[in-house]
Amino acid sequence: MNLLVKPVRSSLGKKYAMAVTGLLLIGFVLGHMAGNLLIYLGPDAINSYAHALKSNPGLLWTARIGLLLVFVIHVLLGVTLALENRAARPQRYEYDATLRASWASRNMMLTGLVILAFVIYHLAHFTLGVVTTTEDNKNYLDLVEVKQGLKTYVPEPSLNLSQLDPNQVDARHDVYRMVVSGFQIWWVSVSYWLAMAFLGLHLWHGGSSFLQTLGLNSFRYASVVRLIGPLLAILVVIGNSSIPLAVMLGLIK
Amino acid sequence: MKFTLHVWRQSGPNARGEMKQYEATGVNPDMSFLEMLDVVNQELIARGEEPIAFDHDCREGICGSCGIVINGVPHGPRRRLANGKIEAKTTCQTYMRDFTDGQHLWLEPWRAGAFPVIKDLVVDRSAFDRIMQAGGYISANTGGAPDGNAILIPKRDQEKAMDAAQCIGCGACVAACKNASAMLFVAAKVSHLGILPQGQPERAQRVVRMVEQMDKEGFGNCTNYMECEAACPKEISRQFIARMNRDYLWAQTQDLETTSSGGAG
Repeated sequence: MNLLVKPVRSSLGKKYAMAVTGLLLIGFVLGHMAGNLLIYLGPDAINSYAHALKSNPGLLWTARIGLLLVFVIHVLLGVTLALENRAARPQRYEYDATLRASWASRNMMLTGLVILAFVIYHLAHFTLGVVTTTEDNKNYLDLVEVKQGLKTYVPEPSLNLSQLDPNQVDARHDVYRMVVSGFQIWWVSVSYWLAMAFLGLHLWHGGSSFLQTLGLNSFRYASVVRLIGPLLAILVVIGNSSIPLAVMLGLIK
Repeated sequence: MKFTLHVWRQSGPNARGEMKQYEATGVNPDMSFLEMLDVVNQELIARGEEPIAFDHDCREGICGSCGIVINGVPHGPRRRLANGKIEAKTTCQTYMRDFTDGQHLWLEPWRAGAFPVIKDLVVDRSAFDRIMQAGGYISANTGGAPDGNAILIPKRDQEKAMDAAQCIGCGACVAACKNASAMLFVAAKVSHLGILPQGQPERAQRVVRMVEQMDKEGFGNCTNYMECEAACPKEISRQFIARMNRDYLWAQTQDLETTSSGGAG
């Protein structure tokens, strides 16, 4: 057992764990964004995607628990490392200067904790539906599309998903309307944009940093490795922020 | 030239330290930073005060003894050279002409839990020695000198090993790192031997033991700020840290201890 525990508990072992969990979370962020962007293809695309994700509870909960585990390890280890790093310099400099380190790299703890707060808010908002409601005071989770004919699903304003028997009526959660009515509230959109700015800063540093930590950097690839984080950050910020913007501008309704 | 110095004064390892203000007058612009301190110290001695203690030896930028954090930068602020590169230098190679007349200068020792202050600006860097003892060596037979170039070493490996071997162990990387991490130093030492054929027999143990000792000494973890690379007077690259990270992972797949009870005598 000692053979395993020693490397994992070493400074490098903790850094590998941060890098690997970070990489998995980057994978989730990209996958989640790809799913979100289906909204541009119309209600049917995003609603069938959401339905497919939720139709297998076994798979859904395995993924959710796995993701939670990865997230918790990343957060707890990040805080532990930050505390250790503070302790390594008991007496601070009177005159503090920074030569090269970017703002993003020096504030991973701050941006990370803001992202943690956002994830809780985001889950409460769209997964639990407790933050805001639709204009007619309905819970987002009760927005339903009902199947009419062979193919078409039509939004059904008067039904509640929780009160429907899935064996009787072919209905599915209307994610499209949930997102649109959610982002029509200006402060919700603003809060998401802010959160994406923090996520972008976190990825700006983390997106390149994990490669260095895993040893996947070299004199040959240095310029590429340096670009990956910023590119990833720009991609995620633009991709995700475009959705509230499109709703606010009335491009999606 | 004239300067106002704010200097960390601490009479001993366990004493409380504080910043004290001194005036340096009549400074020649071509004096080195340490020569300026020599002049200030002569005045202090003449006044019957305790001179400022600082480390120095060769004063040629090659021994790694000197080291003062000047205005938050280990070895002092660095100029941009005519070719666009940032100058790399030690404290002893810092000249007063690099500062502006009347400037306030903050002089502090390397700040790290693993580098306790001995006196004023002098810190105890024996943590580095213990890391070296843990694995920064190769085993070689004594006896007649081996033929030169008997072991072929590709030029690219020679050069890379020498780039790492440039490290003079001054500790500026630790002083510059926001986490007081010694990764650049350890990475340079691990790589300098690990790249060469003579370093292969102990390669796996070396990286594991040196990292282990680094952790024991209480240095921080690497967050990839790259402040170390920016402060290094010998321009050691971050790529050696990536290389050490790879080497440590690889070492986990190796047998680190002898498991058999020996062969035929």
